[in-house]
Amino acid sequence: MAANVSVSGPTRRNDWRARGNIGYAAFVAHRISGVCLALFLPVHFWALGTSLKGAAALDQFLSWTDMPLFKFGEWGLVVLLTIHLGCGTRLLLIEFGRWQGLRKGWIAIAIAMSALVGALLAAILLTK
Amino acid sequence: MVLALCVLIHLVTILYAIKSGLSASAILSRTQGNAAFAAFYVLFVVAVAIHAPIGLARVAEEWLGWRGRSLGIVMLALAALLAAMGARAVWGLYGG
Amino acid sequence: MQTLAVRIWRGGADGDFHRYDVPRRDSQTVLDVVTHVQRVIDPTLSYRFSCRVGMCGSCAMTVNGVARWTCRTHVSKVAVNDTLELAPLSNLPIVKDLTTDMTVFFDKWASARGQFKGDKTRADDFANVVPETPARKAADAAIECIGCGVCYASCDTVSWRPDYLGPAALNRAWSLVNDIRDTSQNERLRAIAGDAGCHACHTHTSCAERCPKSLSPTAGISGLKKLAARAAIRGELD
Repeated sequence: MAANVSVSGPTRRNDWRARGNIGYAAFVAHRISGVCLALFLPVHFWALGTSLKGAAALDQFLSWTDMPLFKFGEWGLVVLLTIHLGCGTRLLLIEFGRWQGLRKGWIAIAIAMSALVGALLAAILLTK
Repeated sequence: MVLALCVLIHLVTILYAIKSGLSASAILSRTQGNAAFAAFYVLFVVAVAIHAPIGLARVAEEWLGWRGRSLGIVMLALAALLAAMGARAVWGLYGG
Repeated sequence: MQTLAVRIWRGGADGDFHRYDVPRRDSQTVLDVVTHVQRVIDPTLSYRFSCRVGMCGSCAMTVNGVARWTCRTHVSKVAVNDTLELAPLSNLPIVKDLTTDMTVFFDKWASARGQFKGDKTRADDFANVVPETPARKAADAAIECIGCGVCYASCDTVSWRPDYLGPAALNRAWSLVNDIRDTSQNERLRAIAGDAGCHACHTHTSCAERCPKSLSPTAGISGLKKLAARAAIRGELD
């Protein structure tokens, strides 16, 4: 066979049944949280940038953030950030640390950490 | 490759961000004129401006099938936009 | 007699599932089921097998949505309500029915520099490889791969970017990276360091979860990522 023969054609693809492993779930959580954070960033920067127009403008903006929906959004973003951090730490350990298996414990840590941060922040926001 | 180092830095900065973020209320009084704050967040903004477009580019390639030059250009623009907006935000909080 | 309702993929990529009723037997493997269909019901069914005991790696198929060796998979382990769904491996072009074209899979082994290259001749003495060294242990952990394609078919990163070398080829490269006799290490690192190489891996860990030999391509890929990053910082990849 010639060296550069490349046979290709349509293939079948996996569905959810092949994606039941916990590592896959961690990937999905990491990716979705990452995309959400990236979409939020410009809004975040824009909001902080309004402080250029003086404290009054920022105050006006911050009064907005007292709305329940806004608070829920803030809470969600911090939780997403924690999830992204936890899953990302696991990847860094796998890729740059000494090989110690698939580090599934870190998935548990990511879940626990985001739950803890989520609860803490919820408590702060609700009592404020 | 550069990404490897940046992600490490990024990671540390996120840790900081969560810590300070949780107690962030009277923001301006704490941030204005605070050089350490400004330096740290400039670093954070740079790391984010690198990390976010790289991550989004992978998502675009794999889930949207968008590849090649046009994607690279858009992601570079996004990096520039994030860096500029981030710099404006830091400047607003530090100097404004 | 109890029967199994078996849905089997027939035709090429544009084929579909056909239903066959197969007698349920004790200690029946999925390969037994496929063989029954071909011998008793429809001799035009195409599938690949050889050793029947998990040595050759040729009978991998998608069983109820998951890539497996059919010869080492008992029906009792995978059948849901006495039904089975059998399809060719994902991520590989379909030749016909349950048979895939594995050319691209093995071409990627070659692209990842999966060949050993030494500098000794038969006139030289044996190389002395100390079993306790970390490199030899790392090679040991990766070397039992028989190229069945289960990891490759399980990898969504391969689905999403078809030029990705994939877990099997990178696992092979990792076993050679840890072979102290090999003399083409720089070429190998260059081959696996590209966008379609080890850095494309997202650590879904599906390969490691599905490998019938319990190998962990994820381990090798993470090792390659470290080496490639180090080489890039030192400018050795140019």
